Amino acid sequence: MTLMEIRGVTKQFVTRGESMRARKTTFTAVDDVSFEVELGETLAIVGESGSGKSTTARIAARLLEPTSGTVVFDGQDVTRARGRELARFRNDVQVVFQDPFSSLNPRYTVERIITAPLTYQGITPPTGRRAFAQELMERVGLNPDHCRRYPAQFSGGQAQRIGIARALAVNPKLVICDEAVSALDVSIQAQVLDLLMRLQRESGFSYIFIAHDLAVVRQISQRVAVMNRGRIVELGPRDQVFGDPQDEYTKTLLAAVPRINPEWDAKRRQAQ
Amino acid sequence: MSDLFVVEDLTVTFPTSRGPVDVVKNVSFTVGRDDTLGIVGESGSGKSMTALAVLGLLPRGARTSGSVKLDGIELLGKSERDLRSVRGNAISMVFQDPLSSLNPYYTVGLQISEMYQTHRGGSRRSARQVAIDALDRVGIPDPARRVDHYPHQFSGGQRQRVMIAMALCCSPSLLIADEPTTALDVTVQAQILELLAELQSTTGTGMIFITHDLAVISSIAQRVLVMRSGDPVEYGTAEQVFSAPRHEYTRMLLDAVPRIDDEVAL
Repeated sequence: MTLMEIRGVTKQFVTRGESMRARKTTFTAVDDVSFEVELGETLAIVGESGSGKSTTARIAARLLEPTSGTVVFDGQDVTRARGRELARFRNDVQVVFQDPFSSLNPRYTVERIITAPLTYQGITPPTGRRAFAQELMERVGLNPDHCRRYPAQFSGGQAQRIGIARALAVNPKLVICDEAVSALDVSIQAQVLDLLMRLQRESGFSYIFIAHDLAVVRQISQRVAVMNRGRIVELGPRDQVFGDPQDEYTKTLLAAVPRINPEWDAKRRQAQ
Repeated sequence: MSDLFVVEDLTVTFPTSRGPVDVVKNVSFTVGRDDTLGIVGESGSGKSMTALAVLGLLPRGARTSGSVKLDGIELLGKSERDLRSVRGNAISMVFQDPLSSLNPYYTVGLQISEMYQTHRGGSRRSARQVAIDALDRVGIPDPARRVDHYPHQFSGGQRQRVMIAMALCCSPSLLIADEPTTALDVTVQAQILELLAELQSTTGTGMIFITHDLAVISSIAQRVLVMRSGDPVEYGTAEQVFSAPRHEYTRMLLDAVPRIDDEVAL
């Protein structure tokens, strides 16, 4: 079943040139992009800086309005949704950002942060806020006894887990991860990726996973869209995009990824 | 391989309200001419502090002990004035973020020639020519025109090339690069790594390359030092560290690296 459909979305920004007197020019950040997200799947969008991947994610999350094109969610056109309709959409679609600390209010306790989406949606958990927050903390691998601590008292990996717990508070159907593991150390990154995959298996929601790191994308996605200069240049099943890329840009991108010397790596794994 | 740069038992201590804390503990390594040492570790491992310590660039209050020798001359304990004649001259550095290392008010040419004139003197005109040659060497197209441009007129990858041009304009014997490609796109990163390797092979500059990225280390370093929480965990040739790591932490780190060529089950 198709959960989300992006149809011919274009986003233009008006910019000025280098001098103050320069004429206004329009910059097309996203250029006629279309894709679908199936229920329960992970669609990754990869690209380099300026490729339009984050703008696409923001449009899908309704944080930005497209210049043209439509966003269909659960069979409803939500491109210009407002009021109640938008509130429901915001309930179903959650976002996890790159920098965990800047997306967590430093003055709120973890309990308050995690239960904030419930407040916005006017939901009161039957077991009470604390029990609800603690249960979620446990699910994402945080110590529930720490629910009255503040974000600054957690490490980067833990803070990202708080962001994930908050996203899950309202049982979303789609979670959009915008470079959600990019700022983390490699050992922590592996743990958070495992967590994201486990949560999806447990709850069956979909991910749109935005990342610049192709190796990370390979770990988590079923389908991959490669973006370059605002356009999707290639979209297909993961193994096809990685194993038999059709587009020139995809090939360049894959070739540029640094790799651990394969001979050394094979030797080490054999010994282990 | 003659040893250009020898660090022995380097320890860096910071005073804190709870007493002194060692952020780098008894680190030893050597870098030969034409040799690249990779220092790898996660955040808080002390890899950047090691680089700052050998350059005498630590924040005030930090104490260092041990020995840092360049061409047999001890650098630790040297006066700030003496160190200034070493930095940018015999030892150069390139940092992660070129925008914060370049002055937005001055053209890149002025910044490169200032660096050159400070250490080598000479006329403004000859320094300008040095800047143009340096930009040419790092692959900036049309260097005679670009020399008069400001940092914001360059792309991220080009800015890092400018930084490398500046670092190499005095023909240093050692280049310290701290996460020089971390902020760059993967295709640009590949170009910068290629450039560094190529420049090194033509100039014979020794290099310390600091990064969190094991795959990058594997492609550029001959020797590797793995650090964690200020401790030197493992030190050896790249082949030894990657193919037969002795330490549990190195193995864990290598296992955590996501692979792009592996078959992964979902």
